[in-house]
Amino acid sequence: MLQGRSKFLTFMLFAGFIFLYVPMILLIIYSFNYSKLVPVWGGWSTRWYKELFESPEVWEAVSLSLQIAFINATFATVLGTLAGLAMVRFGRFRGRTIFGGMLVAPLVMPEVITGLSLLVFFISLKELIGWPAERGFTTITIAHITFSLAYVAVIIQARLTGIGETLEEAASDLGAKPFKVMKAITLPRLAPGMLSGWLLAFTLSLDDLVIASFVTGPGANTLPILIFSRIRLGLRPDINALATIIIIFVAVLVSLAAYLMFRQQKREIMDHKMAQSIKS
Amino acid sequence: MTSKAAQDKNRLPHPLKALNFLSGMQSRWKTFVIATPFAWLLIFFLAPFFIVAKISLAELTISSPPFSDMIEWVDGTIISVRLVFDNFIYIFDDPLYARTYVNSLKIAFISTLLALLIGYPIAYGIVRSGPVAKQLLLFAIILPFWTSFLLRVYAWMGLLADQGTVNNLLISLGLIETPIRMLYTEFAVYVGIVYTYLPFMILPLYANMEKLDGTLNEAAADLGSGPINTFFKITLPLTMPGVIAGALLVFIPATGEYVIPDLLGGGNVQMIGRQLYNEFARNIDWPVASAVAIVLLLLLVLPMAIYQHYQGKAAERS
Amino acid sequence: MVDQEDHPEDYGKIEGGPSGDRQPLLRIQNVTKAFDEFVAVDNVELDIYEGELFCLLGGSGCGKTTLLRMLAGFETPTSGKILIDGKDMSGVPPYERPTNMMFQNYALFPHMNVAKNIAFGLEQDGLPRSEIKERTNDILRLVELQGYENRRPQQLSGGQRQRVALARALVKEPKILLLDEPLGALDKKLREQTQFELMNIQDKVGVTFVVVTHDQEEAMILSTRISVMDRGRLVQTGSPTEIYEFPKSRMVANFIGSANIFEGSVIGELEHGFKIETIIGEFTLKNTPITIRNKAIFIGIRPEKIFLSKEPDLAPGSNNAEGTIYDIGYLGNTSRYKIRLEQDLIIDVTAPNQTRPQNKTHEFMWDDKVYINWEPSSAMVFYE
Repeated sequence: MLQGRSKFLTFMLFAGFIFLYVPMILLIIYSFNYSKLVPVWGGWSTRWYKELFESPEVWEAVSLSLQIAFINATFATVLGTLAGLAMVRFGRFRGRTIFGGMLVAPLVMPEVITGLSLLVFFISLKELIGWPAERGFTTITIAHITFSLAYVAVIIQARLTGIGETLEEAASDLGAKPFKVMKAITLPRLAPGMLSGWLLAFTLSLDDLVIASFVTGPGANTLPILIFSRIRLGLRPDINALATIIIIFVAVLVSLAAYLMFRQQKREIMDHKMAQSIKS
Repeated sequence: MTSKAAQDKNRLPHPLKALNFLSGMQSRWKTFVIATPFAWLLIFFLAPFFIVAKISLAELTISSPPFSDMIEWVDGTIISVRLVFDNFIYIFDDPLYARTYVNSLKIAFISTLLALLIGYPIAYGIVRSGPVAKQLLLFAIILPFWTSFLLRVYAWMGLLADQGTVNNLLISLGLIETPIRMLYTEFAVYVGIVYTYLPFMILPLYANMEKLDGTLNEAAADLGSGPINTFFKITLPLTMPGVIAGALLVFIPATGEYVIPDLLGGGNVQMIGRQLYNEFARNIDWPVASAVAIVLLLLLVLPMAIYQHYQGKAAERS
Repeated sequence: MVDQEDHPEDYGKIEGGPSGDRQPLLRIQNVTKAFDEFVAVDNVELDIYEGELFCLLGGSGCGKTTLLRMLAGFETPTSGKILIDGKDMSGVPPYERPTNMMFQNYALFPHMNVAKNIAFGLEQDGLPRSEIKERTNDILRLVELQGYENRRPQQLSGGQRQRVALARALVKEPKILLLDEPLGALDKKLREQTQFELMNIQDKVGVTFVVVTHDQEEAMILSTRISVMDRGRLVQTGSPTEIYEFPKSRMVANFIGSANIFEGSVIGELEHGFKIETIIGEFTLKNTPITIRNKAIFIGIRPEKIFLSKEPDLAPGSNNAEGTIYDIGYLGNTSRYKIRLEQDLIIDVTAPNQTRPQNKTHEFMWDDKVYINWEPSSAMVFYE
């Protein structure tokens, strides 16, 4: 293990974190600005929050985005977990290379390409079988599942390689059939990975603008689409307020999840240490 | 004789038989696990690309959908298959597209380099911190990645605007008298890309550096190598896989970036992702949009293949 | 055979030992290293002379590796001084010290081939290309790795890696070569073979070796002198024979080899020794000075120094005890017996199997009644 930072590294860490956090902190501060012109300070106020809460458009967008994110996260977690298992636990199978490729590609594929291709796909499909009749909720959800599952698969693959296969082997040696092994051993051990996968898929969906813009139809505005349409024209104090709520909400949620995972990890380490001390 | 032996074999409860049964069970389960996500990706990821490829070879028509069919049906038989390369010829003929492609690659490349220069020491600094500090710092890097991409870009609009925070600060410090134009310039696009993609650079670097064997640095020092020489001779070469993974994770999506050039570049910075979106949304020229996408994809196939190659190698090693 | 009449002070007076009036090459003066509350190395004082093959021996966590790392310059002593060739090493970074280290897991650079690994150190000295090439080739010949120049470390066997690591450290011709568990990663057979190779190489190059090991057998075979470390302190320093035959404490006696130890006290003086009373009876003790009186002492006898017989040794002054065989461990060349004495004490005895047992029965079997006896000069005395 490497230890010890030089002054240069400490400085870079410090500067790096200022770079990362100051813009967001300023964004939050200016959400409490009375002035209609965002950068001109006009005293503290919460008027933009009030305005925000009174806008039905915003509430509709939030509700749509949350619904899509929830369904997306659930489906993506199931499919991504299966994909991760297939990649790590089943050795070679026909089409593994293509499969692996399709699992990595969405992570790096420019969003405009994914968005455009899904759009023309949905249109062609409608020509062919008459479904989906209208673009919006369903098409956005399908598009989100498609790229989210790749992210979940990455997390699951990492976790699976980390935990090894001995326990599964022990279970099947003791007579458990493959499905039972999966239920009793693999899934419980994968649970933390699946939880992070779910959370990631959820936030990815909440965050996506480009792909949703391509595959959405008239009237179906997700939150990012709404925000984007407003900020294209310049700074808007109500968006600062909305941003503040989103940032704080996500930060609290993610910190909590991270804290729980960190505690779990720490407990494992402590257990290990205790076992060591008893042995010696 | 042979058949009798075979019969005997069949009668015996040979241990291999039991395994056969097991593999039968396993294979049905296995098929399900593999086939479900495989089918999803084939339908919703791979198939759409073929359709895009097909449309890129079609003609613009005034209909719904606004593109011609490649295959025309007359009297129940295929009479003509029409491939139209006009869209590609159009893209290559128009200097605007060529310039936009080159500009996208240039911006993505420079942003990647900047992100590497900033991200590398940060990742290295985190790796060399104590165990608790390491966890916290890593978390602090990941946290912005979870919050909205769009809002992180928006934050820079407020910073870089003519009446934005940076200009206000510089003016109040007396360093400048009139605001510097930063928003809606290429500079703003660089800042935006580096800012939003920095975690993608740091995380693979961190993952790679975390596995570095510290005794190698000690060995180098023991053999007479000073810290700077050790960095260039030992640490940097050994972290190259992380550098490549991080660089590609920034470079590839940055090349096709749409939101950042649109919000921070305004109309002044031409990038291909924005061009593609405009082609599709404003001009409703889907064949050309598809051709633009196909050319972009071809440009990025090599970096993506390299990335996958490294991912595969990393997976094998672990 | 070691002459039993020798005085213990005579052991350890060997070539390269501290006996000459030469200046020590390495002086460790009152060196202490503390990590927060934990004292890893506690006030160590040690001189090592040129040409020695010196072993720091101890269990895990005894501080031996920390001490070695302070010599290499990777750790800074909390207090105390390290002098090499008379020069104070305080504040001298690893890359400017006249020492080189062979790391426990070799720390070979995975992105360089064998030749590059070996040449790395020489390149840092800015030597001309031709000289680097020549010296690399010479050292490859010494460790018998010619033809492997272009292999990567991952393409070598464990034994080959070990030799590359040795070559890489030796090629710089350091004043002191530091070896951290040099044979620890090798399997048993290879380890035994390599021990002798290591000694031969040291003989040829004449460099002073400081070896850290937890393996007492390795330390015994390799070294001219050994320091036994325990909880950060040097508990005894001496030649292998001295450490084994005249350990100063029960801890050392049990760490190197094993010993049957009983409490006892001096009840009388003899011409060349003492009369001792212990829980298993009265014994005579010869050629071991006892300086403490009127206080409990400990008597130790090594298992191989006890003879088993069916009859008691009736010679005057001999030490006898009676018991039954409780358990036998057959090792082929020797057997280990556990003898239960009348006092319900278990004594370990190791005896060579010098004849082939007839009719598949050994001379001594379970539940046999036996006598044990040992030479009066075989017993060791400890005060702690």
